[in-house]
Amino acid sequence: MITFMNNSDSEEEPCNERTSLMSAESPPVPSYQDGLQASEAGEAQAHRKRRAGSSRGPNNIAGGEMSGSGAPVRESALENEEEELTLKYGAKHVIMLFVPVTLCMIVVVATIKSVRFYTEKNGQLIYTPFSEDTPSVGQRLLNSVLNTIIMISVIIVMTVFLVLLYKYRCYKFIHGWLILSSLMLLFLFTYIYLGEVLKTYNVAMDYPTLFIVIWNFGAVGMICIHWKGPLQLQQAYLIMISALMALVFIKYLPEWSAWVILGAISIYDLMAVLCPKGPLRMLVETAQERNEPIFPALIYSSAMMWTVGMAKPDTAARGPSQQTWDAAEDGREHLRSPSHAESQMSERRNPVPTRPVTSLEELEEEERGVKLGLGDFIFYSVLVGKAAATASGDWNTTLACFVAILIGLCLTLLLLAVFKKALPALPISITFGLIFYFSTDNLVRPFMDTLASHQLYI
Amino acid sequence: PAFGLFIFTIARDPLRIIILIAGAFFWLVSLLLSSLIWFIAVKASDPQDERLQKGLLIFGVMFSVLLQEAFRFLYYKLLRKAIEGLVALSEDGCSPISIQQMAYVAGVGFGLMSGAFSMINLLADALGPGTVGIHGDSQLYFLTSAFMTMVLIFLHTFWGILFFHGCEHRRWWEIAAVVIMHLAVSGSSFCNPLYVGSLVPSYLLMVAAAAWAYLLSGGSAQNVRRFLLCKC
Repeated sequence: MITFMNNSDSEEEPCNERTSLMSAESPPVPSYQDGLQASEAGEAQAHRKRRAGSSRGPNNIAGGEMSGSGAPVRESALENEEEELTLKYGAKHVIMLFVPVTLCMIVVVATIKSVRFYTEKNGQLIYTPFSEDTPSVGQRLLNSVLNTIIMISVIIVMTVFLVLLYKYRCYKFIHGWLILSSLMLLFLFTYIYLGEVLKTYNVAMDYPTLFIVIWNFGAVGMICIHWKGPLQLQQAYLIMISALMALVFIKYLPEWSAWVILGAISIYDLMAVLCPKGPLRMLVETAQERNEPIFPALIYSSAMMWTVGMAKPDTAARGPSQQTWDAAEDGREHLRSPSHAESQMSERRNPVPTRPVTSLEELEEEERGVKLGLGDFIFYSVLVGKAAATASGDWNTTLACFVAILIGLCLTLLLLAVFKKALPALPISITFGLIFYFSTDNLVRPFMDTLASHQLYI
Repeated sequence: PAFGLFIFTIARDPLRIIILIAGAFFWLVSLLLSSLIWFIAVKASDPQDERLQKGLLIFGVMFSVLLQEAFRFLYYKLLRKAIEGLVALSEDGCSPISIQQMAYVAGVGFGLMSGAFSMINLLADALGPGTVGIHGDSQLYFLTSAFMTMVLIFLHTFWGILFFHGCEHRRWWEIAAVVIMHLAVSGSSFCNPLYVGSLVPSYLLMVAAAAWAYLLSGGSAQNVRRFLLCKC
């Protein structure tokens, strides 16, 4: 693995690009989760009032962009109604996000538990140069903090770079970069993963078969993600690459650094999305101004649109508000289209993408889709995977982190509907996850162990 | 069986899934707090004293039961607010999910989480090699754990229904009954490994709670008979 490590430059680059892109991408657009409201209905009434004010907000946000974009169309009684309709379907969207997040986590946990490769320490990323094998606690802490700083600054640099490229319309470059990194992910990491899994289960596979399998997998993946393909296949691929990425992180990030990085990333996410000068915000705004879709490879979409509506600039030309109106016969669709396209969840950096998509939605009665950035998938899975790998309480801790992350996701979606502007998806979930991880590991575990040994039940 | 319940009744409706996960979360938080208390108590006491430790454990268990019920109550409050919001938001003025359904789902959420926490490490260990009860403990450890967990999950479900019903209609004695039952079940588990002492009362209580919850939900002996006769 040392050679792997040395190669890491090229390999890590895509990793980082991916993460940074992802983080950069999604302006945490509030996933349009009106539906989610349902369970948190308490605020609903308050929302309604706010909603009347913000009119298109959610719809635009559906596009996931900044609330700003929604501004013009607002005030209409119709919107209020539409919003109500939207709210009804919110729960469905939440589930549409739950399922892929759960799947990704399951894949990561299953791999961690069974394949030993991913828990061995075989070196570190060049982005985290400080080792944690130091004798003293203070030194270790210092090293992990330094690692974190380096990692975060790399991500920031990448993000800013991406935003600049986007601003200056160097689309070809961005696309090339994305294609390169997804190529790397799809082929190289899958090869390694497959190799390790086969090793674990002692299954022999000859090289030609391996080559064919990986070639097919990678080629179809490239097509699905970057071009057109059946929605479910695309979703499956995105989940798989998120899982692979998360596994890489779990393997190569040293213990304490991983936790500190998780915490720092959620803070960074919060700032990058909410501060006026944050890179993500700028990206979203720019994309909104130009009415362009955001890079397809970095967002998970649960809606049907990609196949039909890949960023066509002319269709995108219609503003979000128009899209709302364009859609469908009845108010429902009006509501739907925008929310659909726009419901990007805190995908960090990809604010805009769905606009064009929405315009196409008029043709079909679609369900609202929700979009979530891949970076969020990755970091959720890293948290749960680390819990599975390193917690001595084993499954209890993993389960607790899993529930915590899901609840964080729910709350974030709810907040999205409340605030109707881009919000980061990471902070709440990761905070809950971290709290639950540490508390379950240290507090609950001894309690449960003692209970179990006496076979007491609470 | 609990998973069967989940798949057949909850997995269809996304709203219910959310309520389920939230219920599990609340249980988890209550567990967290109670283990925090226990942990502090243990740390503050003498680790060598067996009886004290046992006593602290019992105290921890009771406290945890009380906390669970307290969180169930909090959850009930939250769901009440949610229902009001849902009703306000829905187009035809009635909520897409009734409070009873919510009670059921909340109960299942609690139960699943508590069952998972009780069983899952056991299951993981059960996959590996080993002999049950090698140190002179009961050989039926796994079996009884499984049954006990199942009964607890069901009990949580029924308690959820009873509890919410009691809160709805302001019948405090129902709530008190739930709390007492919970304490009784936990207490009976202290008789382990004398399994007769714990499993049997728990099952009896479960049957009682089931019948009660069924009656509360509008069922009746007639319904049961009709159901059975139709199917046969």
